[in-house]
Amino acid sequence: MMATEDTTSTFGGIEIPDIVRRLLTNRKVAISLAVLIPIVIVTALGETIAPHDSLTTDVANRYAGPGGTYPLGTDNLGRDLLSRVIVGGQSSLLLGFGATGVSLALGVPIGLIAGYAKGRIDEVLMRLMDIVMSVPVLLLGVLILVALPSNIFNVIVAVGAVFIPRIARVTRSATLSVSEEPYVLAAKARGESTTHILFKEILPNVTAPIIIEGSIRVGYAILVGTSLSFLGLGTGPPHADWGYMIATARLHIYQTPWFLLWPSLALLVTIMSTNVLGDGLRDVLDPRATEDNL
Amino acid sequence: MNTLYLAKRVVIAFLSLFIVSSLVFGMTMALPGSAAEIILGTQQTEESVQQVREEMGLNRPLHVRYLDFVVGTFTLDWGQSLVSDQPVVDLIAPRLARTLQLALFAMLLSIVIAIPLGVIAAADRDTIVDTLITSVSYVGVSIPSFVSASLLLLFLTTPPLDLFPTGGFVPFSEGFVPWLRHLILPAVSLNVIIFAYVLRQTRSSMIETLESDYIRTARLKGLTERSVLAKHALRNGLLPTVTVLAINFGWMMGSVVIVEEIFSYPGMGRLIVQAISERDLPVIQAGILVPTAAFIFANLLADIVYTYLDPRIQLGEQ
Repeated sequence: MMATEDTTSTFGGIEIPDIVRRLLTNRKVAISLAVLIPIVIVTALGETIAPHDSLTTDVANRYAGPGGTYPLGTDNLGRDLLSRVIVGGQSSLLLGFGATGVSLALGVPIGLIAGYAKGRIDEVLMRLMDIVMSVPVLLLGVLILVALPSNIFNVIVAVGAVFIPRIARVTRSATLSVSEEPYVLAAKARGESTTHILFKEILPNVTAPIIIEGSIRVGYAILVGTSLSFLGLGTGPPHADWGYMIATARLHIYQTPWFLLWPSLALLVTIMSTNVLGDGLRDVLDPRATEDNL
Repeated sequence: MNTLYLAKRVVIAFLSLFIVSSLVFGMTMALPGSAAEIILGTQQTEESVQQVREEMGLNRPLHVRYLDFVVGTFTLDWGQSLVSDQPVVDLIAPRLARTLQLALFAMLLSIVIAIPLGVIAAADRDTIVDTLITSVSYVGVSIPSFVSASLLLLFLTTPPLDLFPTGGFVPFSEGFVPWLRHLILPAVSLNVIIFAYVLRQTRSSMIETLESDYIRTARLKGLTERSVLAKHALRNGLLPTVTVLAINFGWMMGSVVIVEEIFSYPGMGRLIVQAISERDLPVIQAGILVPTAAFIFANLLADIVYTYLDPRIQLGEQ
């Protein structure tokens, strides 16, 4: 993925590396970023951009439909749904990116070591990963959160832990394929430390599959994390994330459908755009790769 | 060679079960708030808590309880529920049967609908049909089951489309139609992600197969596209789907926790959620372990099916 002198083009006088141009001209990448970036910006701004305070109740206007003072309507306590969706997105997105960070931080080193060491170490590490993967995703999350107190940090750790094996697998197979490359053998011959070989020689050359897998995991992490908070095992009130919002909304569907529809839509669009982004990245960076797995 | 490979797989399956049971035991030990305190509620005194703990066997040394649990995993004896005094296995058996009905029905739905759609999309690659099918699958893989379940409830159980019951379970013995009516919504919401995922996997592996050399040869022999597809491509193209179905079974075993809770479906998932809120330790442990075991053996089964379906694979010979 190295950019050499003849693979850059210019855009308004600014040089753009070839890889960026190829990414941005990919339809899937372009569309998903065009959706995802505004979502991230709006949620990051949170309370500063929300039209109302997300916690202020207006009992006279409970279950209001969209329009008027409250653009998307109100919930069971008369709180503004638009503001709640914007602020609630913060923990959902934090969870998606945070959990992916956790699984990268642990999964990548495990995969590098297994793929580079080969033999028995590889066998033991990968078996262990298989065993962790044999616990159904949501049950593993439930198990971890039963043991740990529920707060956003622990949810991030729990969801991150669930996806470590998948990151480790992808990293390992990429590492296996480059571990006999001349530059790795040369570093070994120079007497470089194993840490140097793993992180300075191998890692930079296996980033493509890791980036692809990571981007796919963000969507799944949001999906699993919001599912856990739907079960009451995540971030609770008052700063409820989309999962918890939907859990509450479900109890009021006979009073108003909007309470349920807006956070569902936000969740769906966010997860879908990260999935499309992952697909687009794969098309560009690693066209021969196959489907992802749950 | 295949026997050796399969024997190895069986050993690994049991080893995994042993390690998972240790993992489950270790993590539930850290469970905050003991059952004794929850049962006694506001009535508790230091003495009464101790007495209840004694009755529950919670005062035995940790290693004794660990051995009990691991041995129990293989003999299906996880002791008594702390809350209802029933043997855990008696609580689990009927609920597992209901959960398996749900999961297998959901699986059947994705096999009879998603696989054909995936094949059609692959055969008509890059046409409007393909684009439509793949776009639908994009939406499908992105809907968490609690969202699809809530939306189904909103649209199909309230007027004007009051078509299904909002939840519950009716045994098959009380009639096929009531049984099916109660099963459809939970099965569909359990299925949306898996359906989309099976569809995508079928499509991409069929495309790969249709581009292979032996399919080109079959076409050059002058066979019709229909017979190329039916006689030559399907068998190989569907192989990866077998593995995918097994992976999806594991996904379902986790998602039942959510779907059963939403549709008040009295299966394993609800049992787990309830046990967690009551801190019913033996039920939580077995409740997480049993679906995991089901998944481990589903994978084993998929491996066996795979080796029989594809004579080219001699997995033992590596």
